[in-house]
Amino acid sequence: MGGGFHMTLFLVRRMAGFAATLFVAALVIFLLLDLLPGDPARFILGINATPEAVAALRTQMGLDAPAHERFLAWVGGMLVGDFGLSTTQRLPVAELIAERMAVTLPLSLIAMVVSVVVGLPIGILAAMRRGKATDTALMVLAQTGVAIPNFWFGMLLTLVFAVTLRWLPTGGFIPWDEDAGAAMRGMTLPGLALALPQASILARVMRTALVDVTEQDFIRTARAKGMTKSEAIWRHGVRNALLPVLTILGLQFAFLIAGTIIVENVFYLPGLGRLIFTAISERDLVLVRGATIVLVVVTTATMLVVDLAYAFVDPRLKGRDA
Amino acid sequence: MTARNTLALTVAGLLLMAGPALAQPTEIRIGVALEPPTLDPTAGAAEAIDVVVYQNVFEGLVRIDQTGAVQPGLAKSWTISEDGLTYRFALNEGVTFHDGTAFDAEDVKFSFDRLLAEDSVNAQKALYAPISAVTVIDPMTVEFTLSRPDGLFLFNLGRGDAVIVAPESAANNGAEPIGTGPFAFIQWDRGSRVVLEQYGPYWGEAPALTRASFVFISDTATLTNALLAGDVDGTNNFAAEALAVFENNPQFKVLVGSTEGETILSTNNRKEPFTDLKVRQAMAHALDRQEIIEGATYGYGVPIGTHFAPHHPYYLDLTDTYPHDVEAAKTLLAEAGYTDGFSATLKLPPVAYARLSGQIIASQFAEVGIELELINMEWAQWLEDVFANKDFDLTIISHVEPFDIGIYANPDYYFGYDNAQVQALNETLNATTDEADRLALAQEIQTIIARDAVNGYLFELAQTGVWNAKLDGMWQNAPVEGVVLRDIYWVE
Repeated sequence: MGGGFHMTLFLVRRMAGFAATLFVAALVIFLLLDLLPGDPARFILGINATPEAVAALRTQMGLDAPAHERFLAWVGGMLVGDFGLSTTQRLPVAELIAERMAVTLPLSLIAMVVSVVVGLPIGILAAMRRGKATDTALMVLAQTGVAIPNFWFGMLLTLVFAVTLRWLPTGGFIPWDEDAGAAMRGMTLPGLALALPQASILARVMRTALVDVTEQDFIRTARAKGMTKSEAIWRHGVRNALLPVLTILGLQFAFLIAGTIIVENVFYLPGLGRLIFTAISERDLVLVRGATIVLVVVTTATMLVVDLAYAFVDPRLKGRDA
Repeated sequence: MTARNTLALTVAGLLLMAGPALAQPTEIRIGVALEPPTLDPTAGAAEAIDVVVYQNVFEGLVRIDQTGAVQPGLAKSWTISEDGLTYRFALNEGVTFHDGTAFDAEDVKFSFDRLLAEDSVNAQKALYAPISAVTVIDPMTVEFTLSRPDGLFLFNLGRGDAVIVAPESAANNGAEPIGTGPFAFIQWDRGSRVVLEQYGPYWGEAPALTRASFVFISDTATLTNALLAGDVDGTNNFAAEALAVFENNPQFKVLVGSTEGETILSTNNRKEPFTDLKVRQAMAHALDRQEIIEGATYGYGVPIGTHFAPHHPYYLDLTDTYPHDVEAAKTLLAEAGYTDGFSATLKLPPVAYARLSGQIIASQFAEVGIELELINMEWAQWLEDVFANKDFDLTIISHVEPFDIGIYANPDYYFGYDNAQVQALNETLNATTDEADRLALAQEIQTIIARDAVNGYLFELAQTGVWNAKLDGMWQNAPVEGVVLRDIYWVE
């Protein structure tokens, strides 16, 4: 009975759970979208189209086949990396999603980095000054940051930095390979708008976790050994407090990938959220399905990675789980 | 301290990346709300397609000008036979497609054979049904034979649905459009913008602009900011509620013009109680057009009393047929047997004019005892429920097709108006080419449908463009869908 066996079992269980989640998600997504009222062919051709033209387009789109056949074709295609053709744009769904990922992924990363760089130090500072004026001020600030909707903050940033000062564009996206500097400028304001609430949440979580940790015995021991409070917190506290922060970070990343749609609208960025939103209104079901499943994969994979990271950081979890 | 330093560094870093963007005097960036699904105007009904490519990338045999008149396009001239059944077009020489291939009569034949084919997915195929044959006489002459005279034939040739495409490139036009127009397609950053550039070997007069981008900004507040910040130079049709910001700003000009959009309270004429003329007349009396126009279009709509565009020479002002009169409405309802009124549903598509008009009409109808339940819908659902399945009582929609009074002669159309007299008149109108006769026929139909109160006639949608004050040459009116770039230039 070595730890290796436990670890393998743990991994197998987690991977099986991952696969099952994906299958169930695929089924639910497919069924829900199939129930949605509205004919994609009619949507494309509008109100003056003849029934023959609509029928011809339906056939072209492959909408004639029964539901179970279309489901199996879809899942089967995805297993070999084929997400199908977008019904409205007539282009491979995988290509359309990849294009949007070139915006959404860097945007999420920028927001993550900014929120970590800003949020964690604020949380640590507040915890070290617990009960003092600095702590109160920082936490009021963080509470405000959580409460401000990111699209509103985004519009405020636009008014100040784009409309009034004209330092940065109001939005839009220049492809990286065309002008990386311009692309980066376009990401700045939306990145900040997305980062604000995340940074505020991180600051609060960091502070709470650190305050909890400082009440533990090992900190008291460290103090007893002659360390100052700050030294004890820096040397022993922060590392131990990172565990809950890691969980929140994982959740936040998944949220940023999927939840940027409002900010994408405010800054007219061609991200994944807007792609899905437009595709739903145009009844481009193949595209909606493909993009949604990608989001499910990203979210569950992030959770899986966080779980695994937990298990490595805290070996007790493996035993408990198995 | 660490936090403050980090913050300061972050801000400094961001500021370094900032830099001003300068507009070139021959470039234009136009903000538009909707992104086209594809760029092929012959395979979809979306207005957004024509906005980008019509008369810019693609051209037809003829083109529609700002006033709605037919002008020569790829055809420099034409003759029409006595019986109105044969049209012979002389084509311009030296025309090339953007991929370098030459244009000739074979391309014309190819384009129309494709449009009329069995498996055609042209959204307006029905408009071209009168064409029975397209014959190549010689490389620069092509002849159309019609099965019946069609008074709108030339106009329809000028629509985006009838542009000339090449056999070599037609299949790819959705993603990479190749036409004969003054601007060639350069790139489409999906979700973001489409870029066009002046086509050097263009056969006609070269446009003043060298480069144009259409930037897709769906949010009204965002587009306002982009205009104010100078990130876009204009937009062809902006939300009426946002115009106040620009109206007194000397850096912008607001262009208010007409469209072909008759906005109506569409009524299901097949369904009780709307089968009763008295009920429809009562609804017409209950409507206060001016209030609706103020509330739903911020005063920019033009009142209509029938299904016809007020700027058209055939238009007849019938707004006084059933003036706003609550008592008359109540009396008519009582005569029809609805002393206590009735309730009905009003299905609303996702456009501001419909949603706003719906609320106002609900309160106006409540005054005469008609209880409306408002149901908001997405486009796809509206198209299926209301348009295809005819499952509705009332709806509000703008009919944007030019000269579309023929829908009142089609009993299968979604509002289901079945009147043999109108059907006969419409058939005569279609077969008549004499202007005076056409005018008389069109006005007779307008009068009948107004008296019959087939639908509630509300207003003609306005086109409200916002442009940089230094730009000139934009179309004020929208007789067809499109943002035509050829005449736009920067004034220094």
